[in-house]
Amino acid sequence: MKLFPFAVLALAVCGPVAAAEIKMDDQSQLNPKATGKPAFEPPQESDLPDNAYGKLVQEGRAIFVNTQKYAGEYVGNGMNCTNCHLDQGRKADSAPLWGAYPMYPAYRKKNDKVNSYAERVQGCFQFSMNGKPPAADSHVINALSAYSYWLSTGAPTGQELPGRAYPEVPQPKGGYDIAKGREVYAAQCAVCHGDDGQGQKAAEGYVFPPLWGRDSFNWGAGMHRINTAAAFIKENMPLGKGRTLSDEEAWNVAAYMNSHERPQDPRLIDGSIAKTRDKYHANDGVNLYGVEVNGVLLGQGIK
Amino acid sequence: MRTTDRLLAGACALLLAMQAQAADGQKLFTQGGANPAAMACVTCHGANGEGMAAGGFPRLAGLSAGYLNKQLEDFRSGARANPIMQPIAAALGDDEMQALSAFLAAKPAPAAAQANRADAAEGVGARLALRGAWERNIPECVSCHGPGGSGVGDAFPALGGQSAAYLSAQLNAWRQGTRKNDPNDLMGHVARSLTDAEVTAVAEYFASLGQ
Ligand code: HEC
Ligand code: HEC
Ligand code: HEC
Ligand code: HEC
Repeated sequence: MKLFPFAVLALAVCGPVAAAEIKMDDQSQLNPKATGKPAFEPPQESDLPDNAYGKLVQEGRAIFVNTQKYAGEYVGNGMNCTNCHLDQGRKADSAPLWGAYPMYPAYRKKNDKVNSYAERVQGCFQFSMNGKPPAADSHVINALSAYSYWLSTGAPTGQELPGRAYPEVPQPKGGYDIAKGREVYAAQCAVCHGDDGQGQKAAEGYVFPPLWGRDSFNWGAGMHRINTAAAFIKENMPLGKGRTLSDEEAWNVAAYMNSHERPQDPRLIDGSIAKTRDKYHANDGVNLYGVEVNGVLLGQGIK
Repeated sequence: MRTTDRLLAGACALLLAMQAQAADGQKLFTQGGANPAAMACVTCHGANGEGMAAGGFPRLAGLSAGYLNKQLEDFRSGARANPIMQPIAAALGDDEMQALSAFLAAKPAPAAAQANRADAAEGVGARLALRGAWERNIPECVSCHGPGGSGVGDAFPALGGQSAAYLSAQLNAWRQGTRKNDPNDLMGHVARSLTDAEVTAVAEYFASLGQ
């Protein structure tokens, strides 16, 4: 009985420490190789059985489209999973869950590690959602895994399907141009994402998610890479009008977006942007973490 | 005139002008504009701007001022064609439009159910609203119009609390090209991808949320 206060203290101290542990520290880009037109079709919602399995899948779907409400304790920004994985994680070329689930556990030569699907999803909570990873055996991970498993019904395992990830967009010959990106932003994006990338809310929360600033994804998230953002944007934005921007416009506006400050990379080493850049950003696609733009060092995070 | 009189007269004129300014929205709404062609809005849009479903007259109460003002300008310029509203808008001055928009935006919006993407979606209308039809590049209507179609900012109007007749008339106006005032064709391409049956179903869906 006497130990009780100690246990509480230990919990209080260990809680935040455990939460700060990085679940999947390699967030470098996927490199899908399958080519050809996406042909896989995930099952219809109406096909879901009316039993415990169907219920768990629906709970996973609800978490995916309204993460704020159904897994809010693990989220540190204003985002929902579906903001970057469109059509509830079903849309081909928008990093669909059916393109992901059958490819795990995944081996990474780079660090000679194997990552489970749960770890991949935990990573998304820590970086894209700037939050805390739910435990691997938690309801949130179970429900999201069940939803992904169901979407993958009929897909082969360990065999990459066309439509996985976001299709790469070649970098413009002359490089990217942040000033031109600003013009694209004003003409094509601000009506929804706001004049300063802050997004727009209705009663319940963000309808148009923020593209930078406190409530957006952090510097460790895959979307902070200009090449990944360009690929996402070209395929999906402006909403409902994907594939209407030129490659150049997509790169320029992605660079403009990712030249703004956002929450710090949770893998920050010894408080040093330079060390963190060396270890995690220097060889990860095209990004501006730890780079000076217009006289300002990026990667400082938001307090 | 002596100076004091002049001052007094000036002050009175100013006061009157201020009163007119303050009363403008309400008065314009119930009595019409300075130009008689700007008919009293109340006749068609209802005593409190709640609209009249039977006539296809939309509710205006609680829509954002920016949206209302833009629609009046669009009727005036012809970007939004309508034989009833065009002459009315053409007869309104800029200041009158602004006063009307501010007055109407301040009125309470009808309560509408906050249906969102996490909710079940049964039937054609609910599926379009909450799931979209992405194989045709149609996003969920609520991803632009907000939960329950409650409206977002100045560019995305509320759909909940409008009648099915009005909503379907607007979708058809885009399909026929008589309404083309949306920014970057964001709404137009969605409307043009819908079938007749879908227009009816989704209009009924949003109308039912306001009841
Ligand atoms: C800010 C945008 C964003 C948000 C929000 C987001 N993700 Fe991701 N997600 C990405 C990017 C970018 C990738 C990696 C794509 C690449 O590297 O090409 C990714 C990858 C994934 C993968 C692996 C895909 C594969 O094919 O291996 C899964 C699974 C995933 N996310 C699930 C989730 C879940 C679950 C959530 C919510 C908890 C979420 N994501 C939130 C952007 C996001
Ligand atoms: C019609 C409104 C609209 C327009 C215009 C639009 N977006 Fe989006 N954008 C959205 C919505 C809504 C989402 C979230 C998608 C979802 O949840 O289904 C989103 C998601 C995003 C995301 C991923 C989530 C995040 O916050 O990081 C990025 C990046 C993005 N948009 C960039 C852009 C860029 C760049 C443009 C201009 C080329 C643009 N968008 C134009 C509505 C819009
Ligand atoms: C004779 C009937 C009538 C009168 C009077 C009238 N309206 Fe209208 N109003 C309509 C109709 C019909 C529409 C729908 C037009 C369409 O289908 O595009 C409409 C539409 C509108 C809209 C667009 C609403 C939306 O959701 O997009 C606004 C704003 C508006 N009216 C404002 C006014 C104002 C302000 C007045 C008074 C100065 C007024 N109306 C007077 C019939 C009327
Ligand atoms: C990509 C964003 C987007 C999506 C998705 C979208 N809308 Fe719209 N919608 C708009 C915009 C913007 C306007 C206002 C245009 C203007 O300024 O007049 C609008 C206006 C409307 C109007 C006219 C409202 C009025 O008061 O006159 C109706 C009706 C409508 N939308 C229905 C729908 C339905 C139904 C869906 C789903 C099938 C849908 N919208 C999906 C952007 C969108």
